[in-house]
Amino acid sequence: MSKTRVPAIEGWFTLEDEPHLLGLQDPSSGAYFFPKDVAISSVPGHAGAALEEVPLSRTGRLWSYTTNHYEPPAPYVSPDPFVPYTVAAVELAKERMVVLGQLAPGVDPASLELGMEMELVLDTLFEDQDAEHVVWKWKPVAA
Amino acid sequence: MAKHEVAILGVGMHPWGKWGRNFVEYGVHAAQAALKDAGIDYRQVEFLAAGETIRNGYPGYVAASSFAQALGYTGIPISSNYAACASGTQAIEAARTRILAGMCDVALVVGADTTPKGFLAPNKGERVLDPDWLRFRLLGATNPTYFGLYARRRMDLYGATEQDFARIKVKNSKHGFQNPYARYKKLFTEEEVLASKYVAEPLRLLEICATSDGGAALVLTSLDFAKKHATRFARIAGISTVTPTYPDTWIDMPKFATDSAAALPAPDRGFKDSIAHAAYEDAGLGPEDMSMAEVYDLSSALELDWYENIGLCKPGEAERLLRDGDTTLGGRIPVNPSGGLGCFGEAVPAQAIAQVCELTWQVRGQAEGRQVENAKAGITANQGLFGHGSSVIVTA
Repeated sequence: MSKTRVPAIEGWFTLEDEPHLLGLQDPSSGAYFFPKDVAISSVPGHAGAALEEVPLSRTGRLWSYTTNHYEPPAPYVSPDPFVPYTVAAVELAKERMVVLGQLAPGVDPASLELGMEMELVLDTLFEDQDAEHVVWKWKPVAA
Repeated sequence: MAKHEVAILGVGMHPWGKWGRNFVEYGVHAAQAALKDAGIDYRQVEFLAAGETIRNGYPGYVAASSFAQALGYTGIPISSNYAACASGTQAIEAARTRILAGMCDVALVVGADTTPKGFLAPNKGERVLDPDWLRFRLLGATNPTYFGLYARRRMDLYGATEQDFARIKVKNSKHGFQNPYARYKKLFTEEEVLASKYVAEPLRLLEICATSDGGAALVLTSLDFAKKHATRFARIAGISTVTPTYPDTWIDMPKFATDSAAALPAPDRGFKDSIAHAAYEDAGLGPEDMSMAEVYDLSSALELDWYENIGLCKPGEAERLLRDGDTTLGGRIPVNPSGGLGCFGEAVPAQAIAQVCELTWQVRGQAEGRQVENAKAGITANQGLFGHGSSVIVTA
C-alpha cells in the first residue's frame, strides 16, 4: 500500500501537478511575501494593509546554487546513508524576489547555469512510517 | 573629525580554542586582561555591557549579569545584548552611547562563548513558526549553504575561482599563525586547502569558519577620563549597527526568500554596503583613510564580498585586489591581519569585540608578528543573522 502524501508544511504550496508556492500580496503596494509566517505587510507605511493569499510564479531564473556534501543537523531528516543535495536560489520575475528550494533529484548540478529557467515541482523531503512528506523543489524547465 | 569618539583604554582576550569550560571564565579572563591593560580596577567600572550567548543556558542570556556577578557585584547598571554575530558591536554601542550621554566615564564590554561541536544548529523542538528551524527542516539550508550560494554567484558574475577562495585561507593563515589568541596556528598551502572536502560546493572544509570558545573585552572611557589616565590611547571613531532598508534583495540567512522589489525599488546602497558606510559617516572618515580592515570571513569567499562592501574597491574588483597582494600584510590595505575567522573560528558574542581588540593592538603598534606598517586607522565589518549590521572604526 502506498503511503499518504502529505505536505511537509501546511499551507506553503499547492499540491497540484504544476504546483505553486503560496505567498501573500499587499494589494495597496503590490509587494509579495513568502513565506506567510508573518501576515503583515513589511513595506514601510503599509503595516496595516490587508493581505491576500496568492500563488507565486512557478517559474523563474536561476540566481545561484550550491551542493551540500555534509549531513546537516536536525531538524533536517536525512536519508541513511546521507545523500548530497543541491540548494538553488531562483529569481521570480513578476514578484521580483529570490526564493530558495532544493534542486529536484536526478538533475546534475554540473548542468546548471545561472540565468537558466527553472520551474517548481513537488518531491519527497522524507518518509516516515505513516506518510511521504513532500516539499517544493526547483528543476530546470528543459530537463 | 569624529563627533562620537570614546577612548579604548584597555583591551583583553582569552585565547580561542575548544576548551570546553564555562563561558564566564573566558569572559572574566578577558575582562581582567582589559582592566589590567587600562590600569583600571573593576570597582571603577560604572557600566557593564555584554554580548549574550544563546548556547549556554540562562546564564548566557543574561551574560552581563553573569560577568558582573563573577567579577563581584558592585551594584552598577548592566546591559545584555543579542544580535547574533553582531552582538559584540551592540554591546560596544550600548557602552559608547552611555558614555557620550555623560551617564558614565568608564564602561566594560565583554563577550564570551562556549560552543558545541559541528554545524550551528537551530533550537530544538517542533518550531514551525521559527524560520531558523524551518530552513534546516525544509531545505537543509545550513549556514554554509548561504555562503556557497554567494561564492558560486561570485564565480559566475566576477570570474572568481576556487583558487581565489583558497588564497584567502592561505593569506589569513599566514597573518594569524603567530597570533597568541588564534585557535588555528598553522600555515596552509593552496594545495592543502584545495584538497580538503567540499562542504557547500564550491566551498571546502578549510574555507568554512568553525565555531570556537573564546572571550574578548574592552575598557571604554570618555576622552576626558582617558586623557587623565593615559598619555596614549586608541579611539572608537565610529560605529554602525544599521538594519536593512526595505526591500532587501539579498538572500540572507535564515531566509527562504528575499523581500519583493515589486512595490519599491531596491535601495541604491544594499544592506551589506550600508554597514561600513554608516560607520564611515559616523567617523567622518572614508575607506581611503583606513590602514587595514578586520572583516567576517565566515567563508573564505565572503572576504571578497567584504572588500567591495567596505569600499576598498568596486564590485567585481575584489579578486584583483587579492591576486595583487593588496590585502596581504605588506600590501596597500591588509585585511584580517589577526588571521580572521579562518584562524580563530567564531565565538559569536566575542568575535566583534575581538575584531576591535586586534585593531587596537595594531594602531598601538603592538601586533607582534602581524603588525601592519604605519597603522593609523582600521575598520571592522560583520553582519549578524536577521539583519544586524556591525562595523567599528578604530583610530590611533
